[in-house]
Amino acid sequence: MLTARLIDEAALRQNRQGRAPFVVPAEGHEACQVGTAWPMRPGRDVWLPYYRDLAIVLRAGMSPYEIFLGVFAKAADPSSGGRQMPSHWGYRALGIISGSSPIATQVPHAAGVAYAARYRGEDTVVGCWFGDGATSEGDWHEGLNFAGIHRLPVVFVCENNHYAISVPQSKQMAVENVADRAEGYGFPGVVVDGNDVLACYGAMKTAHERARSGEGPTLIEAKTYRFLGHTSDDDDKTYRPRDEVEEARHHDPVERFAAYLLETNVLDGAGAEALRIEIKDEVDAAIAAAWEAPDPLPESALRHVFAEGPDAP
Amino acid sequence: MTEKNLVTAIRDALHDEMAADDRVVLLGEDVGNRGGVFRVSVGWMEEFGEERVIDTPLAESGIVGVAIGMALHGLLPVAEIQFADFIFPAFDQIVSEAARLRYRTNGDQGCPLVIRAPCGGGIHGALYHSQSIEAFFAHVPGLKVVMPSTPADAAGLLRAAIADPDPVLFLEHKKAYRAISGEVPDEPYLVPIGTADVKRAGTDLTCVSYGYALHTCLEAASRLEADEGVSVEVVDVRSLAPLDMGTILDSVRRTARAIVVYEDNRTYGAGAEIAATIAEQAMFDLDAPLVRIGGPDIPAMPFATPLEHFYMEPEPDQVYRRMHELATF
Repeated sequence: MLTARLIDEAALRQNRQGRAPFVVPAEGHEACQVGTAWPMRPGRDVWLPYYRDLAIVLRAGMSPYEIFLGVFAKAADPSSGGRQMPSHWGYRALGIISGSSPIATQVPHAAGVAYAARYRGEDTVVGCWFGDGATSEGDWHEGLNFAGIHRLPVVFVCENNHYAISVPQSKQMAVENVADRAEGYGFPGVVVDGNDVLACYGAMKTAHERARSGEGPTLIEAKTYRFLGHTSDDDDKTYRPRDEVEEARHHDPVERFAAYLLETNVLDGAGAEALRIEIKDEVDAAIAAAWEAPDPLPESALRHVFAEGPDAP
Repeated sequence: MTEKNLVTAIRDALHDEMAADDRVVLLGEDVGNRGGVFRVSVGWMEEFGEERVIDTPLAESGIVGVAIGMALHGLLPVAEIQFADFIFPAFDQIVSEAARLRYRTNGDQGCPLVIRAPCGGGIHGALYHSQSIEAFFAHVPGLKVVMPSTPADAAGLLRAAIADPDPVLFLEHKKAYRAISGEVPDEPYLVPIGTADVKRAGTDLTCVSYGYALHTCLEAASRLEADEGVSVEVVDVRSLAPLDMGTILDSVRRTARAIVVYEDNRTYGAGAEIAATIAEQAMFDLDAPLVRIGGPDIPAMPFATPLEHFYMEPEPDQVYRRMHELATF
């Protein structure tokens, strides 16, 4: 959680310093991301994150250095070689399916991957994450419907921060809980406190086991809050009252879990500080190394329209 | 060699591919119990199992989206859009997702997906069962678009599409399904995607066409030879993307006259790209202005028989007359 937070803060600083044209803040979403990513098995399960899912892809196995190769759009960026905007992750070796910017397009992909995994007799669970706005899209409905019909091994996670950029949930849906919609697809919908990492872990653990045992999908709705703008180009002051944002910061999931670890003596003050310094050093080193990495060659823009070399037909 | 019609050639080739490789799965509306509205997969649900012949919910974007997920995880899905006219809800999945996956991952992830879609008019299909959709999709880099006009090409191109590591939109002209028959080799073979084919050799002018319109051109060419001794070379585009301009230009340079004929409405159609490239690269080889015949620029094909005939052929024997004019220019 702290790694995600420190990367996020650092990436926004890189943007404000003019070194990264565009970044997508994830601050506030750390608990629902880390909690729902943790029961997933890196190397075996398949991940379909959306563009705010920094902590998800860290759990899947991406390093801070690889994250910053994307932030700086470098040739070695494993997601896209600098072709996509940052935060549009993909990484075949880690089982991260590439995502795009149109919303909810990954939801039917998740159902298809889960169908293929079961068809091939694999013990694979598919995780699919999205925001509250995504649940208005037709693809969201079509993906969940297909997954429900075939009882596929997939877990759908809605990180509900109550705004689709500027549009509040009340103008996005007439129901209070996204999770209520699961009933229409024939599988359980669960609401959890998205700022409580352990609650998110518990919900995902149950859903993951359900998927593995052949009982089918689960829709988890983790209610949370986005502390910053939608992206580095957004000004959330135009649509969110400041006192609402301030209030949300009192429920900061990173501070909350740190307090829990201190209270339960898992961590002490010195340990917490040492951890912060260790992670900060790693992030700083990642930024320095990624910044120095080579840019893509201009003419490489023409490559990979179709399969090349031995893969070509 | 066996004589069969176009839809039978497609059925037989797809059946062989299903039988040969269990990674090939079929999904779409009515493909299972019903065996497809054009009866391509009759009995396959029993033969290959419900897991491989999947009756989907009535949701085109979901069909393609789910198929993309399957393609990303080791399967070779063949998604069927019941009529090409219904493909537009899936436009985003095809264009933004399937066609861009390889590019946007810098080659890391590919999408070996085939989308079959029966298209074209002349079968009393009216506005929403007659459309030509190739131009929308042939414009998209990262997507291959083919439209066979003969049974032999249909079988060979379908096998090539299934073997292709990238997404292929496989367009099947409905009027050709049963109206067009031909010899098909009994052994499996591939027709490489991205190759045009000279369907009739000639010396006086080059006619470039595809789909059902190609047969109108072949018929006109035969009569013109018999009536007037004009020798027309007819080139079948077959693959709209990638487009084999080499074969087309080679023919045009030999005959020095070119006519492009397509069923889709004329403006911004595939024929515009072909005609523009001929003008760009073979202008000084031409002895006459090139001719382009497309469908009328009306929103879609109407239902009433006289209206439908007007769409398919706005004036009697148009292709024959325009070929003759071009030959004698």
